[in-house]
Amino acid sequence: MPADSAVTSQSSPPATRPPSPAPQSPAAGGRWPATAGGGPADDALSPAGTTDDALLPIEGGLRVVVTSVASDAHTWNLVFLQLALEEAGHHVVNLGACVPDELLVEQCRRQRPDLVVVSTVNGHGFHDGTRLIRRIRATADLTGIPVVIGGKLGITGPGGAATRDQLRAAGFDGVFEDGAGIAALHGYTRELSASGRR
Amino acid sequence: MSVTQDGPFPAESASGTDDVIFPAESAGGTDDVIFPAESAGGTVATASFGGFVARAQAAGQLVVQPRMGVSNPAQMRAGLLATRRATATTIGTITLDSYTRVGDDARARAALAAGLDLNGYPIVAHDRATTRAVLEGVAGPSFPVQIRHGSPGPENIFAALIEVGLDATEGGPVSYCLPYSRAPLAASVRSWTRSCERLARVGPQAHLETFGGAMMGQLCPPSLLVAMSVLECLFFRQHGIRSVSLSYAQQTNPDQDREAVAALHRLADQYLSDVDRHVVIYAYMGVFPRTPAGAGALLAEAARLAVRTGAARLIVKTAAEAHRIPTIAENVAALESAAAVADDERRQPVLDEVDDTGIHAEAAAFIDAVLELGPDLGHSLITAFRRGYLDVPYCLHPDNAGRARSYLDRTGRLQWSRLGSLPIRSLVRPAAASELTAAGLLESLSYVERKFDDAGLDEYLTGPAQPIGARSDS
Repeated sequence: MPADSAVTSQSSPPATRPPSPAPQSPAAGGRWPATAGGGPADDALSPAGTTDDALLPIEGGLRVVVTSVASDAHTWNLVFLQLALEEAGHHVVNLGACVPDELLVEQCRRQRPDLVVVSTVNGHGFHDGTRLIRRIRATADLTGIPVVIGGKLGITGPGGAATRDQLRAAGFDGVFEDGAGIAALHGYTRELSASGRR
Repeated sequence: MSVTQDGPFPAESASGTDDVIFPAESAGGTDDVIFPAESAGGTVATASFGGFVARAQAAGQLVVQPRMGVSNPAQMRAGLLATRRATATTIGTITLDSYTRVGDDARARAALAAGLDLNGYPIVAHDRATTRAVLEGVAGPSFPVQIRHGSPGPENIFAALIEVGLDATEGGPVSYCLPYSRAPLAASVRSWTRSCERLARVGPQAHLETFGGAMMGQLCPPSLLVAMSVLECLFFRQHGIRSVSLSYAQQTNPDQDREAVAALHRLADQYLSDVDRHVVIYAYMGVFPRTPAGAGALLAEAARLAVRTGAARLIVKTAAEAHRIPTIAENVAALESAAAVADDERRQPVLDEVDDTGIHAEAAAFIDAVLELGPDLGHSLITAFRRGYLDVPYCLHPDNAGRARSYLDRTGRLQWSRLGSLPIRSLVRPAAASELTAAGLLESLSYVERKFDDAGLDEYLTGPAQPIGARSDS
């Protein structure tokens, strides 16, 4: 399956990049799409929503925030995850590339998602992810929110059990390294739905 | 100014965010070109980037150019020299590193001080004298050098390249903002406005290439690529630039690409007739074939596209592209094989016409929709994205509407599956059943790789018909 190279491809700038210094717009997040009576499927793929109106209750499916980490500008992996999760019946808000830690924390507090999926492929995922999850777990109302991470997490290929254990110890509920495939994530979301933890 | 009033971002004057994001170098004293470009005393026609390309084209030669950047000055100079010595008509490239791209020059300096290699040349962090020494006796009228970067806030980069005597670079306020950053489009437009005005003061030979023909690298229908190229060049012209190049990145179907570049020429003649201009083709920018033969065949197709469509310049990719950053030798090999294919193609021109499937009409509709928004192009581009008149499929930037989507049809042509608010409803009727699935997305992203690797593998097993691109590293 050429999935890995396909979703990590980037057109011009080289893959690895440092964190963007740009301060974030307070509005750089989306909101849950209305499911019933929303008209034709013209929901936005990007987080263009700017309003703070009350969130509608969603029947069936998890409400999932898909996000990258601060230093990663890749987006095809995020697009793929959104499509895959939507096909499985979940509702996705996609925060896009180069998401600063504070923006993700703010969005989690505002959106109250059932699950946060962190996807990163630039090789800084282990470091960025560790910092990020500590910050999330240190936030009062986010200590129990399910958060998983996946992608190419190190620059030397999959780190195996040691990496997975360290990321879990730091606070992630699931670690899906390169090669685990989308089936592993689908398995996790099924378990999460069945557990009623959300 | 109401640009941001009802937009997703706070009013621009409230916090001066653009200056925080993209700090300008000390305001005073940078206007003087300390080391004037070599062309300062000559004429535009004889000593400039645009003039060099025009002379090559008149002589029947395709100009070929690599993407190449290393942080070590001696190695950077060696790369430029190797490019210059290649058996081809070449222009040199200095590609910048990621830290410089995002304006983190302190981190670039720290990396240099620690002796760490960066993924490009940090032109702002290096002393100007160092960069002048890199260029000394290499860059000149017979070998222009262009800075390639990727920054939505390039003011310091423009200042640095001007200070070392260069006058050619590339990018654009949209094409270097939406795909690779979270920088607000309005901030990018402001920074690019100042950067263009700064470059324009160097003189009419100063050259700017739009990256608009490559949005996202993959899966953007050609009509939008063509429109973005023209619109960004119009933006450059509005801010004083008099020599531009319009880009188009090779996509997934050769006939569709030829139609697109023909449309690009036509629209450039219509909208940019009063500036020096040429068309530059980028070899495929998506997932690249893994086999040397497949990679070579894809590059050869890009070279043929350039010759058949009257493009003057080609940015190459190498056989190593799928695996790692190419070496200097791999870049030279790619330059020489592309030039050889272009020569062959010119000797045996293909004269058949391609069908008009509507790319020109769609691109014209995009351009008109933006121009109708008012005389200030930067303002109009921001408004167009906010309203979804311009909407790049699968681009997740907060300022992209994200309602338009695209797909690859069975013949490998890029098509619209959803239009959102794109102003082409009278021209296109998307097929309802064409929406991409997650599996379909992966298949589409790797379509070109599979097509050329399958063919490349066959060729490898049966012996190559010609050696182009078939060289291996060992």
